[in-house]
Amino acid sequence: MNALKELGNYSSLLYQALRSSTEFSTYRKNLFQELVKVGYDSVPIIVLVGIFTGSVMTLQSAYQLESAFIPLSTIGAIVSESILIELAAVISSLVLAGKVGARVATELGTMRVSEQIDALESMGFNSVSFLVVPRVLAGILMFPVLYIVAAIFGIGGGIAAGYFSGTVPPSDFLQGARMYFYPWNVVFGFVKMFVFGFIITSVSCYKGYYARGGAEGVGKSTTNATVLSCIFVLLADFVLAALLL
Amino acid sequence: MIEIQTLTKSFGDLLVWEDVTFRIDDGETVAIIGRSGCGKSVLLKHINALLKPDSGRVIIDGKDIHALDYVDQRRLRQKFGILFQGSALFDSINTFENVAFPLRYFTDKSEEEITETVMRSLSYVNLEEAAGKETSELSGGMRKRVGLARAIVLQPSYIMYDEPTSGLDPQTADEINELIIGMSETLDITSIVITHDMHSVLEVADKVAFLDQQKLSWFGTVEDMRKSDHRELQAFITASEYQIKL
Repeated sequence: MNALKELGNYSSLLYQALRSSTEFSTYRKNLFQELVKVGYDSVPIIVLVGIFTGSVMTLQSAYQLESAFIPLSTIGAIVSESILIELAAVISSLVLAGKVGARVATELGTMRVSEQIDALESMGFNSVSFLVVPRVLAGILMFPVLYIVAAIFGIGGGIAAGYFSGTVPPSDFLQGARMYFYPWNVVFGFVKMFVFGFIITSVSCYKGYYARGGAEGVGKSTTNATVLSCIFVLLADFVLAALLL
Repeated sequence: MIEIQTLTKSFGDLLVWEDVTFRIDDGETVAIIGRSGCGKSVLLKHINALLKPDSGRVIIDGKDIHALDYVDQRRLRQKFGILFQGSALFDSINTFENVAFPLRYFTDKSEEEITETVMRSLSYVNLEEAAGKETSELSGGMRKRVGLARAIVLQPSYIMYDEPTSGLDPQTADEINELIIGMSETLDITSIVITHDMHSVLEVADKVAFLDQQKLSWFGTVEDMRKSDHRELQAFITASEYQIKL
């Protein structure tokens, strides 16, 4: 029953956001700020996630596929395809659920419990247009960009790890990566990040916007936002794989 | 003029109050008093439609604010300034920008005009020197005053004060009371003050609405309140440390 009520409130917030998305002048300034916060500010952590994911994946693949009958280029193919189809999108999103989702839920939650959202409404602002729309739009627009960053540094990290560990020469790695490269996999990664960006920012906005009960309430809404975002990202990942692959 | 007609509100099974009816004439200052948790702030949030009633109407200048669509409701809200209990200053911007905030979005003023208007608002509350300060650097009393400067910057017809003196030392509370009186007299604003501070009521109010036992238990002028034999109202007043002033 409670879950149905939450779903109803979440849908209602999304409907309000959709309706107020035409009020561009209200959220224009906030949108640019959010694009920077969600996108630019997340680049360092995404670079780190990409490098380590690619590196570890290469070392583990080299360890598992150590055989005279398996060409080294296979490692490049496995690592690059895994990164493009799954890891660049999912691992980055789980990290971003913590970084972006927690920030969004905390910001809006604090604004709610300190009556800043009431203050906006009382001045005649549409608080959903002012606060929710730019954050969700920034998520939808910037997550695919971060996917590119994660993919480039993931494959780069894999090549570097293979080279420095002496397990896979860069030429073999790249040969494998090129041999099994399908452009659709990149499109699939973009679609995923578009969906994950929407899920993480909208769920976090919802949890923050309806936060109740002071500092403890904000803490609870932030935790719920992060946990729910991660769960829905994993569910959406499964649904998208079932539908699009 | 604000007319509150048979307003009823519950949260789930919890009845906050029912059949609340009273009128606030232009230029008046009405204090809404009652014990903590009696629904004073909830009533305030119904007056400018931040909350929806279960039944009843709030008529502002002839329009039922709860019957309007969201766009018209927002337009009507701009006739109100609110000083929130915790001031509700936006902590991501400084004092000047907090006061300038509604001007930037709802007026076509140039940067020069905005600066002039903001400084004038800050001068009403004697805080011109704090314009460049971050909100985190302000004391409780200063935050209230900045909140008040922001509330009046669009020259509203009505100001609502939610517990304006709570958490302040007596001297600062007196300064806030003087500001409320000054706002009513200088700017000819209709004011609604939510408080349980009887000293503040006696200083600023023309009329008093007493919420008790989930209804509007008493409504009248401050003079009538002094003479009233309403048992609960007198008990509330007697419990105040300012009984002696009555």
